[in-house]
Amino acid sequence: MKNKYSIFSLIKNAFSYHENWQRAWRDPEPKKEYDVVIIGGGGHGLASAYYLAKKHNITNIAVLEKGWIGGGNTGRNTTIIRSNYLWDASAGLYDHALKIWEGLSQELNYNIMFSQRGVMNLAHNLQDVRDLKRRTHANRLNGIDAVWLNTEEVGKFCPIINTSQNIRYPVLGGTLQKRAGTARHDAVAWGYARGADAMGVDIIQNCEVKGIKKNGDSVEGVETTKGFIKTKKIGVVAAGHSSVIASMVDLKLPLESKPLQALVSEPVKPIIDTVVMSNAVHAYVSQSDKGELVIGAGTDAYLSYTQRGSHDVVEGTLKAILELYPIFSRMKMLRQWGGIVDICPDASPIISKTHIKGLYFNCGWGTGGFKATPGSGDLFAHTIANDEPHKLNSSFNINRFVSGDLVDEHGAAAVAH
Amino acid sequence: MFLINCPYCGERDQSEFSAGGEAHIVRPKQPTELSDDQWAEFLFMRKNIKGVQFERWNHAHGCRKWFNMIRDTSNDKIHAVYKMGEKPPTK
Repeated sequence: MKNKYSIFSLIKNAFSYHENWQRAWRDPEPKKEYDVVIIGGGGHGLASAYYLAKKHNITNIAVLEKGWIGGGNTGRNTTIIRSNYLWDASAGLYDHALKIWEGLSQELNYNIMFSQRGVMNLAHNLQDVRDLKRRTHANRLNGIDAVWLNTEEVGKFCPIINTSQNIRYPVLGGTLQKRAGTARHDAVAWGYARGADAMGVDIIQNCEVKGIKKNGDSVEGVETTKGFIKTKKIGVVAAGHSSVIASMVDLKLPLESKPLQALVSEPVKPIIDTVVMSNAVHAYVSQSDKGELVIGAGTDAYLSYTQRGSHDVVEGTLKAILELYPIFSRMKMLRQWGGIVDICPDASPIISKTHIKGLYFNCGWGTGGFKATPGSGDLFAHTIANDEPHKLNSSFNINRFVSGDLVDEHGAAAVAH
Repeated sequence: MFLINCPYCGERDQSEFSAGGEAHIVRPKQPTELSDDQWAEFLFMRKNIKGVQFERWNHAHGCRKWFNMIRDTSNDKIHAVYKMGEKPPTK
């Protein structure tokens, strides 16, 4: 039984110099057999295990992570949460996640620092204006809060933006989703890990999957660096490495893996109290609670698993940032990093079973999976437990690439995805 | 970020080039006879290899010619560059 985190436990542990906190999750050796094996201990994988245990009473689960939990894209993203997507299917999916985010700290008894500070999307040309207005209307029809702001209102909402009409790509307006915001990415992984572990899920770190054993058309288990683990159901949540896992069973996915970069500045006093993104010029910035500017750059245009990214991509982003926010001109950038994102041709994810019995994939989140973490875990757990998708993820099956029923979200995904 | 040895122009910065994805995917000769599965395979399904991959590149800000390249996607090291229509070098 886990001790509850509270103000009282904080005071109690202060007396022992915070040296006697109970450990948040165990470090077990893998058992011989599990009901479900989740490959990938990021936010989505841990959330999937958590909801399988919590909602579907399947607790004999292993989460296999080749590195440490939350060390992949969960710890590398720019922590933005929003649900203002264009199509009904996406609106359902992302708003389902946003609704869970709103109560997640309480549910997990773990402060994920969820902050609904609003997300603003800027328009810089007439097509942007038309597209963003259309998206605002679509959002409102789907019950998602969205408003259109003109140039003056944009300036009022975020005064440091250069709203002069004399710059190369002037701000012509923007949309605002007030329920959107940010959360602390590491805390999300740790909170789900602690919650899943408390219900009996084994989180096995430093355990890489080397192969998947099949018997005819069904899975029998996984070969790992810690030996063979028997199981009838495997949920793959391996983000950029999904195709690598898929190739173990000769399955091809419609994915391309690319490095996506982000960078943070030196910490400064609060200067920007919202998230602003701009697709047309590719500038995307928010400020962390520590005071760093968090800047999302783009993906490299070529396939690569290097977790680095190219310098010219960062340069392009910073140029746009400087034109929109002249006040940042003397800021120093502190750190830069890359994560490998798996991009689908329609910029929408895959949460689906496959033609192999017992093999499920949750992938293709591309450049914007963090915002969906709770919803993705919940729906993937439903799909694994029932061997059928939930109605919210039925459009995100793998067969849409055969039927042609794609969910094209390139407009809503774009930069700050 | 790396240097690419364009078969027509020589060594240039990667930012001059655009990547065209997996190479040697043959366009179907009889498109009307393809099943939906075969179309999906041709249009969308990719090997997305972590390791040595065959791919197409275009010198977009140079000679604008297409060519093929063998590159290790796990460390961005280029093994070989060869022209369109040529057989990939075996080594």
